[in-house]
Parts: sequence; structure tokens; C-alpha cells
Amino acid sequence: MTGVKKRIHAGPPHQSRVNRVLTAVFCLLSVVYVFPVAVVLLNSFKSKNAITLSPFSWPSGETFVGFSNYLTGVSHGNYPFWRSVLYSVIITVLSTLLILIATSMAAWYINRVDSWLCRAFYYLCIFSMVVPFQMVMFTLSKTADRLRLNNPVLISIIYLGFGAGLAVFLFSGFVKGIPLEIEEAATIDGCGPIQTFFRVVLPIMKPTYLSVGILETMWIWNDYLLPYLVLDQNKYKTIPIHIQYLQGSYGRRDMGAMMALIILCLIPIVIFYALCQKYIIKGVISGAVKG
Amino acid sequence: MKHNGAAVTGALMRRPIRRVFALFLLPTAVAFAIGFVWPFIWGIYLSFFNFKTLTLKEFVGFGNYAKALADPSFFHSFWFTALYALISVVLINIFAFLIAFVLTKGIRGSNAFRTVFFMPNLIGGIVLGYIWQLIINGIAVKINEMNPPLINLNATTGFIGLVALMCWQQIGYMMIIYIAGLQNVPIEYVEAAKIDGAGSWRILRHITLPSIMPSITICTFLTLTNSFKLFDQNLALTDGEPAHATEMLALNIYKTFYQSSISKGIGQAKAVLFFLVVVIIALLQLYLTRKKEVQR
Repeated sequence: MTGVKKRIHAGPPHQSRVNRVLTAVFCLLSVVYVFPVAVVLLNSFKSKNAITLSPFSWPSGETFVGFSNYLTGVSHGNYPFWRSVLYSVIITVLSTLLILIATSMAAWYINRVDSWLCRAFYYLCIFSMVVPFQMVMFTLSKTADRLRLNNPVLISIIYLGFGAGLAVFLFSGFVKGIPLEIEEAATIDGCGPIQTFFRVVLPIMKPTYLSVGILETMWIWNDYLLPYLVLDQNKYKTIPIHIQYLQGSYGRRDMGAMMALIILCLIPIVIFYALCQKYIIKGVISGAVKG
Repeated sequence: MKHNGAAVTGALMRRPIRRVFALFLLPTAVAFAIGFVWPFIWGIYLSFFNFKTLTLKEFVGFGNYAKALADPSFFHSFWFTALYALISVVLINIFAFLIAFVLTKGIRGSNAFRTVFFMPNLIGGIVLGYIWQLIINGIAVKINEMNPPLINLNATTGFIGLVALMCWQQIGYMMIIYIAGLQNVPIEYVEAAKIDGAGSWRILRHITLPSIMPSITICTFLTLTNSFKLFDQNLALTDGEPAHATEMLALNIYKTFYQSSISKGIGQAKAVLFFLVVVIIALLQLYLTRKKEVQR
């Protein structure tokens, strides 16, 4: 019964044939999309010579090396991989939390007070979104050194500063949509500004926190140049820096270890994506409206 | 009356909020000053000096700018970036739109396809670069086993690799924005046009495309600025090899700063020029597509 109904809605029968062809084409396209990651996965179980000579061949008896690439990968060089993972997690979590709290409060403040200074700050934030990082990379890293912000905890202040633009912009967009009456009611009931913000405004903004949080997490987790220039490289490396070092510092790099580490990098990303795909896509849409 | 009341409560609320300035605005403002405003101003200032370390610097006026503009590698990277941006903006937007168009027609498995196409976006630039290095070099070996056009030996391979990588990464992102736009196309217009006997092409041309003009503006803006600012992928995939041939603007500036012995002032002057290029292109693009939005 429902099948018949669907047919009627889909229009004449030739159109459903078109749909079937399109589904087939898209299946093929999906294979093309997954292919690069699948090749890396395959190669992570092959010996390093086999990877360079024939990356597309299936691992066979003599080229199959089991998990040995993974073992070399995590213990490669003089800097263990787990430390990079640890620093990546610390930096990403601290910076994202700091950005969320500080910029949401700032966005609320500048929209409610709305003085010329607040407006100037808002336009500066928008301006900062267009400025390429190379413009400030040298002076920013020198500033961070001088102020001793060159460690995994205090680098969050740098991230707050350089990432404030987008976050303030997104939070402002949401704050503008909150009806003033709600906050007025809270004021009349005796709430001060701090209580009004944390008890009334913050709960309403929850979806925006999620969107901005996801955008910032994606940026900071994958960021390479900022932590590379700001952090003391002998002590602290993040995952992208670790991967880049694999290429640079050992002369001929170990392709096997590289493949294994790439797969290890992809696992948390895939899990993160599987868990909150819906929110990620929502975050992307809200973040994109900045044009 | 009502207006008056709003003004009174507005002032009633505004005054106590002003008092929490130190808690609400100050932290972000200070960090913004450290992380953006001061480095930006200092960067412009330093572009007028000749220096290798900050303790020894000499004022040279626009000398650094003259040297930057006379640097052939800087010019090459500008044209390389511009050509790359043009091709990837066109390819990414056409494919992203086509995919979004088909997926909003409700073919079977739309959600699964959307999930797959979006996934590469979450992978960082450095990792993406090494994934594609493997793929491109693998194809190069397949094409010519004796003398493979490997990515660090052949500039054309490098260019194709960069375009392929960016398409793979960005089509899914732009697809999401186009899907959001297409879902907002008023269905009554489409139906009215169908009744008036318009074919699919005319509906697309005269109803769908004008209605999603804001999405087109956003997507071209994002792909254009992303292409000009591209750094991580460039560093990991080709590192500018062979002989600076695949060096894009951002990488060229980075190498002037950190991998050459010439004055850092020239690097800073290049960075200021780069910033101006990005701003001008962004404004020009917004102006042109926004004009289309008004015209419809």
C-alpha cells in the first residue's frame, strides 16, 4: 500500500529509473571518496618498501607485517606519540572551553550595552576573520614568547585572542534573537547581570554553545602552524606537528610508521563524527552564514 | 507609551550590566589585544624595518615592499595561487551544487551519501596532505613505471594533487550549505512554474538558482578565501617542490620568514601584501555576488 503511494509521489515510472541510476552513480562516487582512506588503512599493514613501490596492491604473504608499523609509529624517534596526543587533548579542551565561556559573555555584554566602544570591538572581530594567519604569525609568536604563553595551558589565551572573531560573531547573532522581555523579567525578579546571564541567557544559548564548540574543536585539534610557532618544540608537540616531524627529521621517513599514525589520527575523528554528526552539520551551517 | 517603557527598562538593565565589564568583556578584549590587535599593528610597523633579530633593526621605509615585489618566487606563488584558486573554486562549487541538487531530490540513501561526502572535512590539513601524497604518487607510478612523475619532482602533478585534495576536502562542506539553501527554495514557485509548463532546465535557471544566490555567495567566498589562505595542505603535500614551483602565497611567506637568511622585514612586507590581496579579493567577490542577489 505505501509502496503504491510512493510511486504516485515520485511521478512517472521513468523518473524512478533515473533515481536508481543516480543512486548507482552516487554509490560509485562514495567508493571514490572512501578510497584514499582505505588505501592508507591497507598500507598501514604493509612493509615500508611495499608501500612506496606499489601502494595499491593488497598486502600479500611477504609484504604483510601485521601491527608492526603501529608499534614503530607510536615509539618512533625521541618523542613518544602518546605525549603528542596528550598535549593535543589538553590544548583543544582548555582552549575550546575558554573560548566558549569568554566569548559568549563578551557577546552578550556588547549587545546589551551597545555603546560605540562595543560596536567598534564587534567590527574589529569581524575584520579579524578575514586576516590570514601569516600576517600575524611572526609577531604573535614573539608576543607569546615574551608573555610566557608558550605552554599547553596558557596557549589557550592565544587561541581565545585569535579565535575570538568568529565566536563573538556567532554568539552575537544568537544574542540578538533573544527577546529582551525574558531578561527584563529576570531583572525585575531581582537577578543581577551575573545571575541573569548564567541562569537565563546561558541555558537558552545551549545549541549555539554546541555549534561554536564543535567549530572551535575542529579548528584547534587540526591546527598546525599556530602551536608549532608558539609552543616550545623541544617540550611540546601536538598531533599534526608530530606527523609533520615524521616527514622532516629522520632523513628518509618511515612510510609504514606514517601510515599507521595517520590511521591512529583518523580513529578519534571518525568516532567524534559518528557520535555527533547531526550537531557537526548544524555547526557548519551556522558557521558558514558569516559571509 | 510602550516605546517609553522599553527605554526605561533598557536603561534599568544596561546600567548594572555596565558594572560587570571587568568580568564579561575584559578577558576576551585583553586576549584579543594580545592575540590579534597588537600582533597586527606590530606586524605592519615591522614591515618598514630591515631586521633578522628584533634587537637590531633599521628603518627602510618601503624598501621591503620594493624587494618583495621584485622577488620572482613571490610573483610566481601569486599566479600559482590565483590559477589554483580559480580552478578549485569552479570545480568545488559545481560539484557541490550538483551533489546537493541530487541529494535534495530524495534519492535512496541520501543521508548515507551526505555522511560520506562530508567526512574528509574533519581531517586536518597536514594529515590530508600525506594521505594524498600516497595516492598521487601511487597513480604516478602506475602511469609511468620507468620515470614516474612523482609529486616532489613534477610541478604539474603537484598542482593536480592540490586541486584533487581540496575538492575531496571541501565539496562535502559546500554541499551541506547548498543543501540548506535548496531546502529553502519555495515549493509553491516550483509548482506554479510546472503548471505554467516550464521544463526542469528553466525551473533551475529561473527559480532555483536565483533563490539560492545567498548560498552561492557564501560558498564562493569560503572557497576563494580558503584557496588563497591554503597552507597546511601545501606544506604536507608538496612542500613547494620541485624548486618552489608549487609554492603558494602562504607557504612562500612562511619560507621567507623561517627558511631563508634574508631580512625578516621582507617576509613581513610580503605578509602585509598577502593580507591586502585577501581583503581586496574577499570584498570584490562579496560586492559582485551581492549585486546579483539584489538584482533578482
